[in-house]
Amino acid sequence: MTLATAIATGDLTQLPSRRDEDWRWTDLRGLIRVLPAASPAFDGDVGAGPFAADETVTIVNGHGPAAIAIPAGEARTVALRVVAATDGTAHAARLSVTLGQGARLTLLESHEGRAASYLTQTDLDVSLGEDAALERIVLVADHAEAVTIVDAAVTLAAGASFDQTILTAGARRQRIETRVSHPGQGAAVRLDGAYLLRDQRHADLTTVVTHAGRDGTTSQLTKGVVRDQARGVFQGRIVVERGADGTEARMGHHALILSDRAEVDAKPELLIFTDDVQCAHGNTVGALDEAAIFYARQRGMPEDVARAMLTEAFVGEVVERIEHEGAREIARAWVSQQLGAGE
Amino acid sequence: MTAMLSIRNLHATVGDKQILNGLTLDVPAGEVHAIMGPNGAGKSTLSYVLTGRSGYEVTQGTATLNGEDLLALEPNERAAKGVFLSFQYPLEIPGVPALTFIRTALNAQRKARGEAEISAPEFLKKARATATALKIDFDMLKRALNVGFSGGEKTRMEIFQMAMLEPRFLILDETDSGLDIDALKIVAAGVNALRGPERGMLVITHYQRLLDYIKPDRVHVLSAGRIVASGGPELALQLEAEGYDRYVQVAA
Repeated sequence: MTLATAIATGDLTQLPSRRDEDWRWTDLRGLIRVLPAASPAFDGDVGAGPFAADETVTIVNGHGPAAIAIPAGEARTVALRVVAATDGTAHAARLSVTLGQGARLTLLESHEGRAASYLTQTDLDVSLGEDAALERIVLVADHAEAVTIVDAAVTLAAGASFDQTILTAGARRQRIETRVSHPGQGAAVRLDGAYLLRDQRHADLTTVVTHAGRDGTTSQLTKGVVRDQARGVFQGRIVVERGADGTEARMGHHALILSDRAEVDAKPELLIFTDDVQCAHGNTVGALDEAAIFYARQRGMPEDVARAMLTEAFVGEVVERIEHEGAREIARAWVSQQLGAGE
Repeated sequence: MTAMLSIRNLHATVGDKQILNGLTLDVPAGEVHAIMGPNGAGKSTLSYVLTGRSGYEVTQGTATLNGEDLLALEPNERAAKGVFLSFQYPLEIPGVPALTFIRTALNAQRKARGEAEISAPEFLKKARATATALKIDFDMLKRALNVGFSGGEKTRMEIFQMAMLEPRFLILDETDSGLDIDALKIVAAGVNALRGPERGMLVITHYQRLLDYIKPDRVHVLSAGRIVASGGPELALQLEAEGYDRYVQVAA
């Protein structure tokens, strides 16, 4: 049951609903009463995206290339733009991203809403060969009325590394899901995210990492800032299967709630079926530290300056883990803009 | 002539508890006054009332700086007027490098006073010179403020901020706690370097030790929320020898 299937078949019962445990905080069945018509092809100008790269792959209204393939041993930086330039219609897209042995890719992915109430699902099938390295930076800028799902299924070979940072401001309802098949064997995964939400926006960052073999690492850090009536969802699941000894996995999710009517739902899960592992998770949801705010004010900062500084610093930890320097700069600017907007 | 800091009949509560009970105190410009007292006398409460921490409610009395009502101002406005508190327990500020924090504070103060922002080169030059004087490793200033610092390092960082912000009125709250003798000497030298005819200081301490290095002009004994005795530096020595017992009884 997925949104993509519902869009393809027109069958509302295919929509994920709150009755599915993994979708209980991001109900689509209860939200969508009628499936909209298919999005039209778009051949207009979509302007520039947030990332610059030598090579750009653009998918508009579900139409565009179906594959990015990096041959063994090659290194590339690719901007992937997923643009919705349609109002009141629905579409889905599927893209495969393949890295050959030892290949390196920086994927600068943007989801750009250029109209109001579109309904979309974007699926990525990502496959990394031995010792390949992918850093995926995802900047999601949906319209407040949009309902979107981005779903990535990632398979790693031995020695590969997959680093990901998702940055989102949410949508009417939005789910960004990443599922990683982790072989262990020296492969390394970093799965980070930041959701900065205001008004009535919703963002759901869901991840599942399955460690199937020994000696693999996963490091995960997600931070959220929600205000107004926004709602953030974090579901992180790390599974360490029998025999995946020597696994090291750390998961952190920390959220700031800046208004009484905002909400954060978090479900961190470690499912461990073997003994010789080092796994830890930390989860906190709270407000800014008032003592720290007084300290900053005693030094001369007005309250709004102190709050903005502490909030930006809170999210900054995620941004600083981005390796690609240009993307890190863009992420920093995005954080400032999201936290500053509407003040 | 009114003193630089003038406190009259100050009453304050924390929660439902009356902590300051008619405190009256004058600190003229150019002078260093020490406030000594037993635990629970209201020493930290006084520092928080003067700096405007929420939860510390003034129920009666006045406090002025150069004739201006301090109690009507926001904490950051008081800072811009030149009031600086060296915290007994400085806060950790994750994700904000010390230099960024101090520059943001300095420029906010300057903006509030209608002054131009400090330029980056000028700020860094001043920071390097100040760090050297306080024997602070400059790299430490690039790390998140106070995060993972020892008690002594945090105190030194308070004095560093003080030297960078150049306040007109300094309040040191139990600055000696947790310092070894070498650190105490460095901190005292940093404070003494700021002494001058235009500055006033209030040094709050439980022990006389700090006053060997920061020599006060006057010493006041705070007990049960008011000043119960005042004298010269010899009063501190007497307290060290005899303890606070007689003052606790006077207050009761």
